[in-house]
Amino acid sequence: MSERSIVVLSAGISQPSSTRLLADRLRDATVSELAARGITAQVETVELRDLAHAVVDMTLTGFASGDLARVIEKVEAADGIIAVTPIFTASYAGLFKSFVDILGKDALVGRPVLLGATGGTTRHSLTLDYALRPLFTYLRADVATTSVFAATDDWASDDEVNPLPARIRRAGRELAEMVADREPSAPTGLFDAVPSFDQLLGGA
Amino acid sequence: MNPSQAAQSEDTMQYGIFSVGDVTTDPTTGHTPDDTERVRNILTIARHADEAGLDVFATGEHHNPPFVPSSPTTMLGYLAGLTTHITLSTATTLITTNDPVRIAEEYAMLQVIADGRMDLMMGRGNTGPVYPWFGQDIRQGIPLAIENYALLRRLWTEDVVDWTGKFRTPLQGFTSTPRPLDGVPPFVWHGSIRSPEIAEQAAFYGDGFLHNAIFWPMEHTAAMVNFYRQRFEHYGHGSADQAIVGLGGQVFMRKDSQKAWDEFRPYFDNAPVYGHGPSMEDFTRETPLTVGSPQQVIDRYASFREQVGDYQRQLFLLDHAGLPLKTVLEQIDLLATEVVPVLRAEADKARPAHVPADPPSHAERVAAARAAGEVHEQKPAAADHWTGKTAEDDLAAADAATR
Repeated sequence: MSERSIVVLSAGISQPSSTRLLADRLRDATVSELAARGITAQVETVELRDLAHAVVDMTLTGFASGDLARVIEKVEAADGIIAVTPIFTASYAGLFKSFVDILGKDALVGRPVLLGATGGTTRHSLTLDYALRPLFTYLRADVATTSVFAATDDWASDDEVNPLPARIRRAGRELAEMVADREPSAPTGLFDAVPSFDQLLGGA
Repeated sequence: MNPSQAAQSEDTMQYGIFSVGDVTTDPTTGHTPDDTERVRNILTIARHADEAGLDVFATGEHHNPPFVPSSPTTMLGYLAGLTTHITLSTATTLITTNDPVRIAEEYAMLQVIADGRMDLMMGRGNTGPVYPWFGQDIRQGIPLAIENYALLRRLWTEDVVDWTGKFRTPLQGFTSTPRPLDGVPPFVWHGSIRSPEIAEQAAFYGDGFLHNAIFWPMEHTAAMVNFYRQRFEHYGHGSADQAIVGLGGQVFMRKDSQKAWDEFRPYFDNAPVYGHGPSMEDFTRETPLTVGSPQQVIDRYASFREQVGDYQRQLFLLDHAGLPLKTVLEQIDLLATEVVPVLRAEADKARPAHVPADPPSHAERVAAARAAGEVHEQKPAAADHWTGKTAEDDLAAADAATR
């Protein structure tokens, strides 16, 4: 069996958090779909709340301290990313955006990403398409066609007309297919792509 | 002609200070120096560093408030006349937005005035609007640094330069004056924090590389320095451990460690570059900022060679965060009397014999150039090589025109 690494980013603020609940379900769906394709997923789930101070510090200082440095390395080396945020004031949570802001602008190029969001009512569901998707398009990530929004009501009913479980399965399948089709990522270093001086001089 | 006397003759590691030249309010008094006061304070700091026996004073170059040092060679030329021992340098000279022709002229002039007791460090500058104010584009930062420096070297080593590039108007038959002292240009460092291309550039030319790590963890500094060292060896300038390396750092000291923490904390908490982010505890753990007793500074800075290898120059930022002049002068005294003698002795004892103790002085560069047959003897310019006219011809023409 081959292996792929998946990083789950959850920007929920309260604990327990419905954002984390959705993130876990998207993770489970992705892991089982990968397993069905003979791929073992190495999963790391990151609660951005735990890194909130370090994220602000890095915004101000430019360098990552402590656990944040390790998480950024994991994200930049992941074969697939599941990113889930609560919707606050008509957009993604500020903490979620602050984390995305400190990633390198090329950190997610070509990287399979599955998007999820939670909110009080389904009126906010299009936020996924007017806020989150353009953000990851800008970063040139490979965003799964299906993204999943869960409102409070979606957690209440557990019958065959509730569309949430089916959406989660479909989204997990899409991400699993994208991850399976892609060569495993190798971590890239700061010095891997430095042009030689002749190239630098020629380009001047 | 004898090579000029360089003050730095003993073979020992260099310790000095650099000033960013920021105007920052003292948070404990509310006092903000005006530009004149700040410039004069920097001059006092530099002279005090010389009298205290530190090896290097380097000034930043900025073209936007709240920074005052826009004209480094004016400042350093004045200091050259008033100091006797200290090496005058820059941190950094903007190779991107300055015309390389003006850098060649101004720093050759400084080299002559300082009798070789100077070097300089190239940097790109990270303030976006400064680039368009000087007709450039920050997105071209690296190509500007590469092309401008290539031209600068030619202006110093060739008497007459024909040149065409992307960023500057072409030159035909241009001679930069004064020609470098004893026919040998100043030693050059390249400073960069995040761009391996600049480490590559420094390695290609066999120039020095200084990593100003004041806001960065030492692991990152070590990665950049070691990349430079490998490339230095690759380009045949010597073994990796012979590359010329400098580090930036910053400290605040009192004899009693707790007093240092209590006194510096309001400065740290309010300074534009430090405040309102990581706590002073976090920042001192993650970066070279060391607050405490002279012994704690010694312990911390003596350990850096374990990560970057034996290096040749350590610069400290002391006049930061709005500290008053009196405090900065006290910091210089503590550094010069209690810290540097111990650090220097430890570094000199630990360093293998084949590793240079310090960056090459002017006299050493002249000796090396002569040994390699590379010294360019300057021909007396009796006549302008464009018009063929001499000064006497011009005088005669002027007389004729005014008669």
